[in-house]
Amino acid sequence: MSDVCPEASLPTCFPDIVYYSSTSENTVRFVDRLGLPAKRIPISPKETGPVIDRPFVLICPTYADGEGRGAVPKQVIRLLNDPDTRALLRGVIGAGNRNFGTLFASAGDVIARKCNVPLLYKFELAGFDNDIARVRAGLEKMGRNLGLAQMGDAPCSTMA
Amino acid sequence: MKDMTDLRIPRAINWNRLEDDKDLEVWNRLTVNFWLPEKVPLSNDIPSWATLKDFEKTLTIRVFTGLTLLDTIQNTVGAPSLMPDAVTPHEEAVLTNVAFMEAVHARSYSSIFSTLCSTKEVDEAFRWSEENPHLQAKARAILETYAPGNDPLKRKIASVFLESFLFYSGFYLPMYWSSRAKLTNTADLIRLIIRDEAVHGYYIGYKFQRGLEKLPEAEQQALKDYAYSLLFELYEIENQYTEELYDEIGLTEDVKTFLHYNANKALQNLGFEALFPPEVSEVNAAILAALSPDSENHDFFSGSGSSYVIGKAVATEDEDWDF
Repeated sequence: MSDVCPEASLPTCFPDIVYYSSTSENTVRFVDRLGLPAKRIPISPKETGPVIDRPFVLICPTYADGEGRGAVPKQVIRLLNDPDTRALLRGVIGAGNRNFGTLFASAGDVIARKCNVPLLYKFELAGFDNDIARVRAGLEKMGRNLGLAQMGDAPCSTMA
Repeated sequence: MKDMTDLRIPRAINWNRLEDDKDLEVWNRLTVNFWLPEKVPLSNDIPSWATLKDFEKTLTIRVFTGLTLLDTIQNTVGAPSLMPDAVTPHEEAVLTNVAFMEAVHARSYSSIFSTLCSTKEVDEAFRWSEENPHLQAKARAILETYAPGNDPLKRKIASVFLESFLFYSGFYLPMYWSSRAKLTNTADLIRLIIRDEAVHGYYIGYKFQRGLEKLPEAEQQALKDYAYSLLFELYEIENQYTEELYDEIGLTEDVKTFLHYNANKALQNLGFEALFPPEVSEVNAAILAALSPDSENHDFFSGSGSSYVIGKAVATEDEDWDF
């Protein structure tokens, strides 16, 4: 992990990560291994959601039934219903299980379509090592393309 | 005569007062996903079946009798053995659904047989399954763990390994046929089973984690060690079973990769880290495409610009969306 942002500039190099994870905690484990600053959408609808004030990527697990209904958790829908938050969404990563066939990680498809943002990636359960590497590299590239490095006060990665 | 004071009358189940929201979530998922084999037009596979060579037919029937045995175990012993350990009445109710669906799965293989095969072929394959030492060894390893009086969390570990790992040496074959446009209706039926097993493995693994987190650290570590050692034991058996079945058709190495991939997923269902590195667990793209059609490539980061493909026909209607 030597070819990534210096610790001090981490928050400015990458888009923010906002994620939902149920009590099964699969998505938490994925996000923990990414090692990037991340904000969790609370499970309890009574708790207020995270403050989102920078461009962000949403990581969302899938709860679809056999017909695809109910793929996106209600807590995530509630967050995206806020137009100001939605305006900052730059892409979505879906989580799920290939065992669900064509509906694999379909929460990612639904959010991409509803919010008109790119579906960046899909991974299974808590993700494997190659998923972590690909998503980290992808998010860093995305941060550069979005010009997020210039918004901060520290220089970003020296990686070509 | 039994002392009547031993009789424990269960409390009537109140689904409007949940102790664990996951119970209702999974109950809803399983009941909505309910299906029967009659839903799948298996007879459309008769012409395709006729194109298989004799040894390919024998392999396919044997694989399905092996799967039938695992489903039978989970139906009559595995899922019922988890019920006395349930920590909520709703968990117990969910497990009755799990048990019944395993009976549907076991029944489905007989529907495939009666549609495609002769009675003689099927009887021979069932005899093979009763005598095959590797199949019997994995059944025994799981059943020992399920025995009454054993540790409830060890039972859950074994159950997750059955649901999320042991089936896959068998599931590989219909996915392989499907990738070659053979037995595609049979593959549709198997995909329904694969979908159910994912929910079962997820739920039992989830309940395992809730039980595990209540234990002191030393006991947690001991159970983790137990899980990895049981996985190794089962993995050894699976390797031999795989070689015996798939050497002739030349697919053994490909099946083993599929086993590694599913072993990793089984461990993740238990909340543990994956064991097999990407080099030996990256499944061949044709098999992944057979598992989840239309969604082979999900690395849109590596593509240029914002070109991305949205999966077909995903339901975006949900009353909670405001836009």
